[in-house]
Amino acid sequence: MSGRLLLDHGSGGKASQRLVAEMFMRHFDNEILRVMDDAAYLDISGPLAVSTDTFTVDPIFFPGGDIGALSVHGTVNDVSMLGATPLFLTCGFVLEEGLDLGDLERVVVSMGRAAREAGVRIVAGDTKVVPRGAADKIFINTTGIGTVRVSPAPSGRRAAPGDAILLTGSMGDHGLAILSTRQGLSFESPVVSDCASLNFLVGKVLDAVPDVHVLRDPTRGGLATTLNEIAGQSGVGCFIEESRIPVDPAVAGGCAVLGLDPLYLANEGKFICIVPEADAEAALAVMRADALGRGACRIGEVRADYPGKVVMTTPLGGQRLLGMLEGEQLPRIC
Amino acid sequence: MNSFDAFKDPALCRSLLGRLTEEATTPMRFMEVCGTHTVAIFQSGLRSLLPGTITHLTGPGCPVCVTHESEVAAFLELAARDDVIVATFGDLMRVPGPKGANLKTASAEGARVEVVYSPFDALALAKANPDRTVVFLGIGFETTAPTVAATIRLAREQSLDNFLVMSFHKLVPPALRALLADPEARVDAFILPGHVSAIIGVDPYAFLATEYGVPSVITGFEPLDILQALIHIVRMRRDNAPAVINQYSRVVPEHGNQKALAVMAEVFTPVDALWRGLGVLPQSGLAIAEPYAAFDAFKVLGITLKDHPPLPGCRCGEVLKGKMPPNECPLFAKACTPATPVGPCMVSTEGGCAAYFKYRLEA
Repeated sequence: MSGRLLLDHGSGGKASQRLVAEMFMRHFDNEILRVMDDAAYLDISGPLAVSTDTFTVDPIFFPGGDIGALSVHGTVNDVSMLGATPLFLTCGFVLEEGLDLGDLERVVVSMGRAAREAGVRIVAGDTKVVPRGAADKIFINTTGIGTVRVSPAPSGRRAAPGDAILLTGSMGDHGLAILSTRQGLSFESPVVSDCASLNFLVGKVLDAVPDVHVLRDPTRGGLATTLNEIAGQSGVGCFIEESRIPVDPAVAGGCAVLGLDPLYLANEGKFICIVPEADAEAALAVMRADALGRGACRIGEVRADYPGKVVMTTPLGGQRLLGMLEGEQLPRIC
Repeated sequence: MNSFDAFKDPALCRSLLGRLTEEATTPMRFMEVCGTHTVAIFQSGLRSLLPGTITHLTGPGCPVCVTHESEVAAFLELAARDDVIVATFGDLMRVPGPKGANLKTASAEGARVEVVYSPFDALALAKANPDRTVVFLGIGFETTAPTVAATIRLAREQSLDNFLVMSFHKLVPPALRALLADPEARVDAFILPGHVSAIIGVDPYAFLATEYGVPSVITGFEPLDILQALIHIVRMRRDNAPAVINQYSRVVPEHGNQKALAVMAEVFTPVDALWRGLGVLPQSGLAIAEPYAAFDAFKVLGITLKDHPPLPGCRCGEVLKGKMPPNECPLFAKACTPATPVGPCMVSTEGGCAAYFKYRLEA
């Protein structure tokens, strides 16, 4: 579609119907959505995982992805982190009057593709158009539903002393890609978001190691904040080694210039996996055999001391706290 | 291994640490002046590895931390004006004013505040918003002052009439003199700031050794740099031969950056300045010089600094002078946390109190 989005497109009348038919139905098409009743009829049973998230990323297109793909990956990943197979997504759009319809279509196409690749169906949706200035181009809410594969399900409350802390790959790629695009900064080596759906990789890990204690994707707040959450939920200490945490050299360089810490930057295609020590090597082998887990490594262990805290051993051998971020990271003066 | 990693080499660091531990037989209190050093010492875990004879003090070298309450009040007053866009480095966003407000809360209340990465971005903002006045908050030491000076000069060349700078720039050597002049300050040695020294060179620190007999080393920010600096210090003390050593010669020219110094001298003029916790220090600040008065936010907008006493109980002064470690301040981790900072030392990424709160295993 071309042209600009008008308030008419959110009126509920013919313009709305055209937008839904030509844009959303066309790119999200599946037999459940096609019924077009007020709610989607789903036939699922067993323990379910449900997660919802709203995506407001600026810019809406960034190296390695866009807000549409992100809105699928983010929710697919959240559902997966409960040890579940994501099956269905719903989506709600808040669109700003004047939005380029070509841009909207790019986002919707990308979203449809991401859903198909992740094996989930978009079964319900909603569109609102708000006056110019009342929203920033496009906000997307997605809710995901999946069936839990293992019992007990992985949970942030199940980290236990003696467990190994594993990570599927490098930290900070998404966060720095967004920040650098937003600020118009470019680095010698391109920094690309790691945005990806992790459900298939999670499935393989659970097949090999059903007793995964914790799965968590370190999105906003990054690895540091997520590990702190787990330490707090489980009442344990997370002990990690800085030299074992993979950070892409371009990300490390960019962060050094901007005064940012990659351990607090968002990731959208990585997860933390905490397993009993005896299962650590098996889980790592599965991760490394998959493209999304090629950089998987063990970064530390869970202990009973320093409950609720994350303690990091530096390459020098010193120890320090890795605390939670207060507010957002901002570049420093010098 | 690239050249950046070479200065972090753990094996080499451990070897230097062993040598330092062996040689540091006399108790010694050293202060690092620069906030970036503060963070480097904590972040690398070096602080937990220093030999017991060495006491580490954090100093007044974070530009955000030494921003006086009256200066914070002034820029918050500025942000409240409808006709102004405030452009600032990110560090200042959460610095609390006398009533607890900050630029983030001001922004939520409708102030237009833009975080920029360079003063040149603020200039671009002025060009893009001809109907508003863009005021850049010029906070920083000698490191940032030349770039701000160059921006002001460029604004004049481009005849921009909606770009102003509120200069709170401060100079490091006068602060060091004030510290040493304080009879209660007990600093045996200084780790001198790498970035500031890259601009001013070595000479302005000579008085530390000649007048006060305090060994000092200009150093870089990697663990190896800092360890090497500490070994230099320990040896200078052992030999009773205080001097100013330039360990960071790969970045710091002996006589500084002449081009940067020239533009700084052209656009700014030294004035007495207010320092948080330290009071008024003579000739320690930079105001915009008369030929560039048209870009001085204080003069153009008629803003003056009003007296704001420090909050009761806040011991920033003692912390900044190295008289008290942050965790001995009665407010530390109680009334004053990164979520509820009483002073900028708790909110700045390079603040001593923030570093203690963030990195120390024991509170």
